[in-house]
Amino acid sequence: MIELIAQNPILAALIALVGLAIIFGALLGFAAEKFKVEGNPIVEQIDELLPQTQCGQCGFPGCRPYAESIANGDAINKCPPGGQATINAIASLLDVPAPELDEEHGQESPVRTVAYIREDECIGCTKCIQACPVDAILGAAKLMHTVIADECTGCDLCVEPCPVDCIDMLPVAETLTDWSWSIPKKPGQLIATDTRGELSHAHTQGGGA
Amino acid sequence: MSQTWVTPGGVHPPENKHQSLTQSIGVLPLPEKLVVPLNQHIGAPAIPCVEVGQKVLKGEVIAKAAGTVSIPMHAPSSGVVSAIEHRPIAHASGMLAPCIEITTDGEDRWIAHEGVDDYEHLAPRKLLEIIANAGISGMGGAGFPSAVKLNPGRQRPILTLIVNATECEPYITADDSAIRERAAEIVEGIKILSAILDHPDNIFIGIEDNKPEAIEALAPHVEGTGISVVSFPTKYPSGGEKQLIYILTGKEIPSGKLPADLGMVCINIGTTYAIKRAVVNGEPLISRVTTVTGDAVGVQRNYETLIGTPVSHLLAHSAFDEKACSRVIMGGPMMGFTLPSADVPIVKTTNCILAPSYAEIPDDEPAQPCIRCGMCAEACPVSLLPQQLFWYSQAQDHERLEAHNLFDCIECGACSYVCPSNIPLVQYYRASKSEIRKARAEKVKSDHARERFEFHKLRMEQAEREKEEKRTARREAALQASAAPSNPSSSVPSSSAADIIAAAQARAAAKQATPEQQQAQLERTIAAAEQRLIVAEQKLAEAIEKGSANQSVLSAAVENTRQKLEQAKAKLAELTA
Ligand code: SF4
Ligand code: SF4
Ligand code: SF4
Ligand code: SF4
Repeated sequence: MIELIAQNPILAALIALVGLAIIFGALLGFAAEKFKVEGNPIVEQIDELLPQTQCGQCGFPGCRPYAESIANGDAINKCPPGGQATINAIASLLDVPAPELDEEHGQESPVRTVAYIREDECIGCTKCIQACPVDAILGAAKLMHTVIADECTGCDLCVEPCPVDCIDMLPVAETLTDWSWSIPKKPGQLIATDTRGELSHAHTQGGGA
Repeated sequence: MSQTWVTPGGVHPPENKHQSLTQSIGVLPLPEKLVVPLNQHIGAPAIPCVEVGQKVLKGEVIAKAAGTVSIPMHAPSSGVVSAIEHRPIAHASGMLAPCIEITTDGEDRWIAHEGVDDYEHLAPRKLLEIIANAGISGMGGAGFPSAVKLNPGRQRPILTLIVNATECEPYITADDSAIRERAAEIVEGIKILSAILDHPDNIFIGIEDNKPEAIEALAPHVEGTGISVVSFPTKYPSGGEKQLIYILTGKEIPSGKLPADLGMVCINIGTTYAIKRAVVNGEPLISRVTTVTGDAVGVQRNYETLIGTPVSHLLAHSAFDEKACSRVIMGGPMMGFTLPSADVPIVKTTNCILAPSYAEIPDDEPAQPCIRCGMCAEACPVSLLPQQLFWYSQAQDHERLEAHNLFDCIECGACSYVCPSNIPLVQYYRASKSEIRKARAEKVKSDHARERFEFHKLRMEQAEREKEEKRTARREAALQASAAPSNPSSSVPSSSAADIIAAAQARAAAKQATPEQQQAQLERTIAAAEQRLIVAEQKLAEAIEKGSANQSVLSAAVENTRQKLEQAKAKLAELTA
């Protein structure tokens, strides 16, 4: 048998190739099982980029349904909380041109807001609790409610249902810890007199007396 | 002298250190008001433990540390707490931060305090406690709580202690003058550190060769102690922690690692003095040496300054000429920042107040476009590519910025110093760093929101399912009730109908997991059955009154409901028994 193969190179090559095909086939089959990707990866990736405010301004009940819709070819410019940054990120992910935000769905707000319940006016109707998509409101029937500010996504959904209008959307104040330097104006666009008194410029060219 | 290594890049800006070294460390008259910010360090702000109107003594605790990575604050002088409120502090943003204001009484009376002499025999834990309670945070850089830094955990023994006396930034001479005048105490502080760290094999004092007087002052005190004073050629920035470690040991701290990971600790020399005062003299950190310099002040010298002293007070006693001054800078010309106002207080990290004239530090030249000369890359001590970082910062390309190690930039300003186009490069890096940090924080937040939203959906679905189950059960009961009249002769429900109900109940019971749930379910059933019984009885009474024909049907229904109620009650009794 061995001799026969050794003497017949074509047969030897054939056996080797078939053997390799079987081995790699098995390997690929195993890998496909072992590293199976659950769900639709592109939906996951788009969902990762959406702001998860869950506000429904895009016309879908939450960010994930919108991600699914984008994966099925919907426009990518319907999410006002994410704004241009999100549109750009999705555009670069899907390799499509980035459109402007669709004003129909709302405007991008420059400041983050969170809901605040004026507690002494709250009648304890639990309507806002039912509206909150992330369970950020604490309360019970006929008892005062309050918003857990850290959990609130600022989606605005609890404001409308409140029968006594005691929920305000307040901007989150900038603190020392999240203050940041701003990107300077583009070089070549400054006039000398503009720079005077510009606080944000720490480095002072020089030391040169 | 031991071997030293040479860092890449670096610049040689004019030193301008001699002006402030002509006189010894001075003491200022007591300011009328001292403003102590609650967050002078990295970590959580201290929590005030005094009230407005309360009398305090010098050195008394006025704010407690909030957790481990935090430090307490002490009254820098005796007086009355006159305000606890937001005040402008030394921060480039010009924002307000919580502060405690003390109106001094001029007596400067100390609280009873006591040090320990034989620190050699104290447990390191005890010494660290003293340092933490004295409110000591790093006095050279960002202000990291020293007790935390000195306690890197058992797994990482510290083999090398490096004392940073580099003071590489122009104009600043606070450490230099402190070493000249307090070498003995500084060396004692280093000995305390050595005791805390279980006597590391190597103890280096790293100092630039432009401070011969300081090196000379240290020499007699370190003799025979095992501490070596290592001087090396002056170059900016040699004083960065990672740079100094490389110069002294030739070891590079990998990106994202701490010196402690390589068995090293690096402590500023000013901090060692504070540690000596805390341990041996029992004094908390309430004052520090601060350089007041620049051509716009008549007297350029170092002062032992109380923490909380307004910058304006320092300037007023230094013959400050406001008209001649281009700006007031806290820190040095390379890494410092322009103060929004001179009313901000001196904090534990303030090593210098620089009030230069216009000739000395002119206004920033307008930035020109980058000409790709590459001088910035040559100057960078971390071997980054500043011009690439600059382009990516402009484009806000976070991925590339991180790939080009933006976070290894020490913000030394060497690149902007050499840039012929006057581009404020460091500001781009600072802005980009915070943008990236913000984006990271937002990612965490949105992931969290997604999780909560998904849980919310799950919860709603479950509630819906439960409702649906109840509805089905009710429908079945109704079915069974309508089945009753088909057998009016019997007052007990037909066995088949009873079987269906029993089966449904058994199914429902099987779905219930815990006895609590079962009990709650039963209680709900009972309440519902009671309601139904009342309604059925009313209907029956009405029917009897009107003498209507379906009396038997109704009485069967009443009987049926009553039985169910009884069953449920019996079960509940069984369950709670
Ligand atoms: S519009 Fe609201 S719900 Fe829709 S994707 Fe944006 S954040 Fe999510
Ligand atoms: S509290 Fe109001 S604004 Fe905040 S997440 Fe809930 S529903 Fe939205
Ligand atoms: S500021 Fe950053 S990029 Fe510029 S020279 Fe210093 S370390 Fe390098
Ligand atoms: S030094 Fe300035 S001009 Fe030259 S490459 Fe760097 S950023 Fe561009």
